[in-house]
Amino acid sequence: MVTFLARRLLTGIAMLLVISALAFVLLYLTGTDIARSLLGDNASEAAVALRAQQLGLDDPLLSRYADWLGGAVQGDLGTSWFSGAPVIDVLGSRLGVTLSLVVISTLISAVVATTLGVWAAVRRGWVDRVVQFVSLGGAAVPNYLIALGLVTLFAINLGWFAPTGYTRPEDSIGKWAASITLPVLALTIGCIAGTAQQVRSAMIDALRQDYVRTLRSRGLSQRSVIYKHVLRNAAGPGLSVLALQFVGLLGGAVIIEQMFAVPGLGSLSVSSTVQGDIPVIMGVVVVVAIIVIVVNVIIDIAHGWLNPKARVS
Amino acid sequence: MSDLPPIALPPDTRSPDASLAQRLLRDPLGLVSLVFLGVVVLAAVFAPLLTSHDPGVAVLQDVLGDPGDGHLLGGDSAGRDVFARLLYGSRFSLLGAALALAVAVLVGGVSGLVAGYFGKWFDTLASGAAAVLMALPGMVVLLAARSVIGSSAWWAMAIFGILLSASVFRLVRQTVQSVRNELYVDAARVAGLSDLRIIFRHVLRVVRAPIIIQAGFIASVAIAIQAGLEFLGLGDMSIPTWGSMLNDGFSRIYQQPLLILWPSLTIALVCLALTLVANALRDALESTSSRRRAVTLAVPVDTVDETSPAAGTAPTADDDRTVLRVEGLRVGYAMPDGSTKEIVHGIDLDVRRGEVVGLIGESGSGKTQSAFAVMKLLPEGGGILGGRVLWKGRDLARLSERDMTRIRGKEIAYVPQEPMSNLDPSFTIGTQLVEPMRIHLGLNRAQARTRAIELLGRVGIQNPERVFRSHPHQVSGGMAQRVLIAGAISCEPELLIADEPTTALDVTVQADILDLLRDLQDDFDMGVLLVTHNFGVVADLCDRVAVMREGHIVERGSTRDIFVAHEHPYTTQLFDAILTPENTRHPYQAPYLPTAPRTEASTS
Amino acid sequence: MTEPLLQMRDVVVEYPSKGLRSKPFRALKGVSLDIRPGECVGLVGESGSGKTTLGRAVLGLAPVTGGSIRFDGRELTAMSSRERRGMGSDIQVVFQDPYTSLNPSMTIGDILAEPLTARDVGRKAAQSRVAELLEQVRLPADAARRLPREFSGGQRQRVAIARALALDPRLIICDEPVSALDLSTQARVLDLFVEIQERTGVAYLFVTHDLEVVRNVSHRVAVMYQGEIVERGETADVTSAPEHPYTQRLWMASPVPDPVAQERRRAERQRLLAVQAEQDQQAGAVA
Repeated sequence: MVTFLARRLLTGIAMLLVISALAFVLLYLTGTDIARSLLGDNASEAAVALRAQQLGLDDPLLSRYADWLGGAVQGDLGTSWFSGAPVIDVLGSRLGVTLSLVVISTLISAVVATTLGVWAAVRRGWVDRVVQFVSLGGAAVPNYLIALGLVTLFAINLGWFAPTGYTRPEDSIGKWAASITLPVLALTIGCIAGTAQQVRSAMIDALRQDYVRTLRSRGLSQRSVIYKHVLRNAAGPGLSVLALQFVGLLGGAVIIEQMFAVPGLGSLSVSSTVQGDIPVIMGVVVVVAIIVIVVNVIIDIAHGWLNPKARVS
Repeated sequence: MSDLPPIALPPDTRSPDASLAQRLLRDPLGLVSLVFLGVVVLAAVFAPLLTSHDPGVAVLQDVLGDPGDGHLLGGDSAGRDVFARLLYGSRFSLLGAALALAVAVLVGGVSGLVAGYFGKWFDTLASGAAAVLMALPGMVVLLAARSVIGSSAWWAMAIFGILLSASVFRLVRQTVQSVRNELYVDAARVAGLSDLRIIFRHVLRVVRAPIIIQAGFIASVAIAIQAGLEFLGLGDMSIPTWGSMLNDGFSRIYQQPLLILWPSLTIALVCLALTLVANALRDALESTSSRRRAVTLAVPVDTVDETSPAAGTAPTADDDRTVLRVEGLRVGYAMPDGSTKEIVHGIDLDVRRGEVVGLIGESGSGKTQSAFAVMKLLPEGGGILGGRVLWKGRDLARLSERDMTRIRGKEIAYVPQEPMSNLDPSFTIGTQLVEPMRIHLGLNRAQARTRAIELLGRVGIQNPERVFRSHPHQVSGGMAQRVLIAGAISCEPELLIADEPTTALDVTVQADILDLLRDLQDDFDMGVLLVTHNFGVVADLCDRVAVMREGHIVERGSTRDIFVAHEHPYTTQLFDAILTPENTRHPYQAPYLPTAPRTEASTS
Repeated sequence: MTEPLLQMRDVVVEYPSKGLRSKPFRALKGVSLDIRPGECVGLVGESGSGKTTLGRAVLGLAPVTGGSIRFDGRELTAMSSRERRGMGSDIQVVFQDPYTSLNPSMTIGDILAEPLTARDVGRKAAQSRVAELLEQVRLPADAARRLPREFSGGQRQRVAIARALALDPRLIICDEPVSALDLSTQARVLDLFVEIQERTGVAYLFVTHDLEVVRNVSHRVAVMYQGEIVERGETADVTSAPEHPYTQRLWMASPVPDPVAQERRRAERQRLLAVQAEQDQQAGAVA
């Protein structure tokens, strides 16, 4: 188990290095135009050159990446070209907001999708057909359209929630909950739909295994076979899907945060894209990659716990 | 030996491709979606014919205009015709999706093919790259890319195609790997086909369908994300697109709510249609590849017909040792078209305590289905159609699932054919043994554990404590079968139903298991119903035999009688097919080989 | 004395293990075996004995890491992949599972023509050859237009045999070709194998776990155990008076389809096991 964990962690770190190197090279390839675009067309050549030098844009790409990496391991991701604030602080204030959205959505989705998937797989018949059809639709329609629908209905027509805006939980837990209800709902629907389908087919697969008949032949009730044995065996594929959905949620949060004016990583990445604030974008990419890798390691550990074979190898 | 008759074939059936297309078209949702997508594509192509308005021309008086009045869907915030923008916008949205799709399929497909077929370093490298691509949310990457390359929709879609290629890669790689290990590919290799030829003849055929299905999902995601980018205001604002219309509509949602409705509806419907087509195609493909499995969609037919005798009457036992008496048992499966297919046509059978009854037959004879029916553990879609299964005065065919649960494992137990797949891989062997004993015998955890370890020792396992703690994948097939037998006898059943208990095992292990079964049967004074196709096993273990063919019992009797004086022609046919030592092949004689010059050359 | 067609000397097959430092798995530990033209050599053993691997080594489908395999005087293990592909006209195969050894989406005609088209045989010539082949394995001529799923297990195995015969090979590796078939079908397919051999003079390496099958089809028998051949000889000798303890155990273990004879064999087996256990104990005490 320890070597298993260590290997997963090492793979994760290697992946992080590759992603950060790729992102760095691609983002900084554009060269000295950055200084010009920052200072505007009216700036003198000398000023542009000076700025470029200050930003370290003249150094070879590799040594700049080494510098960046050196800083990064000590928690220094550079400073924003626009606000001048340390990137790490900018990210820090946003990270919690996005994580709370995405983690809450994932947890809700996991519970609801498992319930629906198990229900459809066990009952089959019309229940199955309804769950399949609804989840197909929910997964197909882009989440920002779902969000639009929710805003139109609950915010504009019914007026139950504010259409945009965010309250920090430190200020008021109730208002915070109200402010993230619609964004979470918008993220959750698609995630539930996609996950429920996979849970359903994993359950049906597991139900068809020979050992299900053998366990029942020993006098175990159908209920205990399904909830103890089948569910446990279907949980592995279910977790893998959840990991993929989590990545999807992080992407989906970009548009949703922007729509609802939630100050998270998503809206940060949109604004820094518009400004061309490369250090911040670089920081967002790295932080998102870290989150995904950490989640994958957690999922792998869960896999190892669920599946005795994975634990050995 | 040339007097063998030619073998008759069933009548010709339709070609599989035609039936796949038909099946797809018969799915109403798939058909409607396909037609809708066709209409959208045509609308994009013939946009200039469908509207006279220029999507880029702004007319001040039409700003936020209502539908009608020369503008079918009204005007947008700049006074441009909404309908025209929707039509022209579909050109960019569809082409953008097509670009992403082409890149994804090309990059992912080719690399998946190479990685899956040839493996080695390329596989390691490409799989790593795919893992990296899948670890990044598409939207974040696209935003980062935009900050460098600007707002070009084409670049964005090409990059998105690269991101999506990871999913195509995984799909293709996995499919190719499974095809590569098929025996028919080995046969092609032995026949002398080159790798390239094998890929074209055998591999691409199999990969094609999953890629088409995946393409539907990819196109849907591409359209969604492209519109999403434009919705955020990060697209190319100079061209009319569905996403920029969303952006415009969202900013005027209070003034003109209709403005956002049209692009929303279009995007949602196109994405839905693409997904539905892909899904319909998958359903059609799955139902052709495994038609038997489609049966499971139907409802079980556990309804007993009216003509069978009333429930609950006690068996007229000619012998008080009789525990199981099957009368006129009929078993059938619900077919996808709603009909029922009967596969066991009314069999009679009884088993006494302390006696082993063999049920012998070839594949498809219904012997296993009959055994499952006795325990009421038929696979999904199957059920008892008629007859009685009398167990100590009760008709099991009419018993509720709850009552059956009390009988299974305690009074009637089961030993399966394939030992490995019949143990739950996620739980230790001990857990699986303890569960039924706690239910039936009311033992506490420690008592059940002690008894389980005793049982493991009883079935001849050397180190019962260790096996108790082991997971199924840690023991051999023979040992797994012993574990299953231990589980079956754990509550001292009166009847053991063994379904080909030694077929999956090696000969030496088979002999040990047969010895064990005989031994236990004697010890516990159990009745055994042994399903098998092997006359050797029958000769070894059975007291009586019933010969089954196509859902009927054609002959029955004591084992000695059947072996010495069988009467039914089918039984005779089976016995004639048994290979005997009398037919030992004659010793080798060098054949006369008319065309063997190479052999001669090598000898000299 | 006829010169052997296939000559295997100390063949070793090793599969790389997953871990970096773990040793490769040795499936064959130096196996030597000859097959003469027109001869059927039965290869008997239990799962994991390496019997299937030996067949795959001859076919070039298993990694041979030591020893030599000579076919008609030519060293197979030293061949380039192109030369190796050319050997397809001399060495062919019939696999165990008739359900996965035929591509489900190809017609029988296409399947049978595959080895021919690989050698640029013309369409017409291939078609008439396919008809010939179907006749040889007693399948009706219209079978060529059908798909594999329309055939029963025994019929599919006939198709597989026809495919193996397409190039008039001199050796066919038969990997448990009848063990997936029903009893009555099995006997008929075995008859077909023998008949084809007597007519064409093709040699077989017949891999099986079934004593009766091997007795009916082979001239000579080799018994494999844990990657090695432990006993070999004329079929009649090895099957009636086995010498190696493993062969004895194996023979005694397979039940006879006759209640009286089986009761005797069961008793004999118990005695044999007791004797062997005693010997093992003594050997243990000496060591």
